[in-house]
Amino acid sequence: MQPNDLDRIARQIRLRDLQAVFEAGAGHIGGEMSAIDILTALYFRVLRIWPDQPKHPKRDRFVLSKGHVALALYVTLAKRGFIPEEEIGTFLKPHSRLNGHPNCNKVPGVETNTGPLGHGLPVAVGMAKAAKLTGANYRTYVMTGDGEMQEGSNWEAIASAAQFGLDNLTLIIDHNRFQQGAALKDTNNLAPFPAKLEAFGWDVTEINGNAMDEIVPALERRGERPHCIVAHTNKGHGISFMQDKVDWHHKVPNAEQYEIAAAELSEAL
Amino acid sequence: MKDVITSPKLHDCRDAFVAVLERLGADNPKVVAVCNDSVGSSKLGGFKSKWPERLVNVGIAEQNMVGVGAGLANGGLLPFVCGAACFLTGRSLEQIKADIAYSNANVKLIGISSGMAYGELGPTHHSIEDFAWTRVLPNLPVIAPCDSIETAAAVEWAAHYEGPVFLRLSRVGVPDLLPPDHKFELGRANLLRDGDDITLVANGTLTHRMLKAADILAEQGIGARVLNMATVRPIDVDAVVAAARETGAILTAEEHSTFGGLGSAIAEFVVAEAPVPMKILGVPGIFAPTGSAEFLLDEFGMSPAAIAEAAVALIARKSSRA
Repeated sequence: MQPNDLDRIARQIRLRDLQAVFEAGAGHIGGEMSAIDILTALYFRVLRIWPDQPKHPKRDRFVLSKGHVALALYVTLAKRGFIPEEEIGTFLKPHSRLNGHPNCNKVPGVETNTGPLGHGLPVAVGMAKAAKLTGANYRTYVMTGDGEMQEGSNWEAIASAAQFGLDNLTLIIDHNRFQQGAALKDTNNLAPFPAKLEAFGWDVTEINGNAMDEIVPALERRGERPHCIVAHTNKGHGISFMQDKVDWHHKVPNAEQYEIAAAELSEAL
Repeated sequence: MKDVITSPKLHDCRDAFVAVLERLGADNPKVVAVCNDSVGSSKLGGFKSKWPERLVNVGIAEQNMVGVGAGLANGGLLPFVCGAACFLTGRSLEQIKADIAYSNANVKLIGISSGMAYGELGPTHHSIEDFAWTRVLPNLPVIAPCDSIETAAAVEWAAHYEGPVFLRLSRVGVPDLLPPDHKFELGRANLLRDGDDITLVANGTLTHRMLKAADILAEQGIGARVLNMATVRPIDVDAVVAAARETGAILTAEEHSTFGGLGSAIAEFVVAEAPVPMKILGVPGIFAPTGSAEFLLDEFGMSPAAIAEAAVALIARKSSRA
């Protein structure tokens, strides 16, 4: 699939995500909009997956460590055929399997349960290490938030990935520059990330994480060390009034805002 | 009965664990050991020398260790994640909750040197909270074997059980109590001695002390039932209810805080199903002073003589109710 097609799919996912947040009255829309281009590239171009066989042993693994943007993953999984598209309408409803953080025992395509931050990368290291031990040639991808990198467990995992020589592991840091309460730089500023990852023995690629022509080659890059993609993204990307506004971490649009946002996303479809 | 406390034949249950692990490893290439620089204290040297690639040492990083274990299981391997129980459970409790229990990952968590095995090292190294922390987690069986035979049987069982397990082992020597052909059954207590006057329930390093206490009680004409209850979750409700109804009093002892451990787990069912007088022996909700594990167990009223005294007092409460 080519970048133009991927862009179109990403916009459709954004629109469905926006609708679901509006209907559910909750969600993490800012971080969902920043991550959706990368999720689209993974699920519609990069990952070797079989939606009808979600546990296929040869599947590539993707771990959404920033589990609070579960809705973006659900919409992507639905569009890719892992779950029915109409099921997105149950998001956050009583007894829906689509709760605010993904559940691997209920939702096909989810690899491990995330929600508390700093969990996905250690698990991804284990997945990549397992491939090394068994000779499997699947690849493991994991996406964290930039604020999430403040969790110390990530740095334990980063050190061990280098020690284990995990050239089959790709970490994507969704560097949208904002965490829940404030800008990263005003909280505990780990940026710039590249030198830190390189110091731990990783290869690093910096990209515009909302540009398909940069996302796809970075995800498809193969090297001899664990690979970190520092994806410079915009919180609320695609919706003009949300962009780079910390308020939109988990704010819900009102009816007027929803109409404006939906119109903006629909324009490009 | 022979003096099991001072018996010369005391076994370190870690030896039984690694003997089975190495046998499993020889049969199944998917068996891997994961540790936090604890190759020595987890006695994984033999496993490492046989299969160096399958010994995944993450260094001193317990949160990563547990997450890596979950990932290895996702990749089709059978990981035994080993570390001192105090660090394995305390440092990485959220990983155990989210990555292992909630994700239902097929990971075997092996807590080494649990209880007060590191007695002299102080409360940072005591693991007398781990039953409480782990037994509230769905999907996670919690097991503390009483001897090397039960340890071997429980490891064998865990390897064939599809799902997470927390196995709590000690390094304090214990005599063998169960028959050599013992098969472990999850949630099933073992009747080691029958009696009608009171039931003594324990696991881990306390079971043999309970048997000794039952000897002392027998000399006084008191018939004590002794149950070895390795499984803290799920509790053997049938055995607990039968003990309450048939003996009328239950005394528990554990190398753990009296808050939230085996005794508490039993009490939850006794209260609901068959209320009778109970007494829970353990560390009484404090940070323990300096001393060896054996010293501390005696210090907190768990010498055989003190257990027998507590039993007599409990039986008196039973009589006063009648």
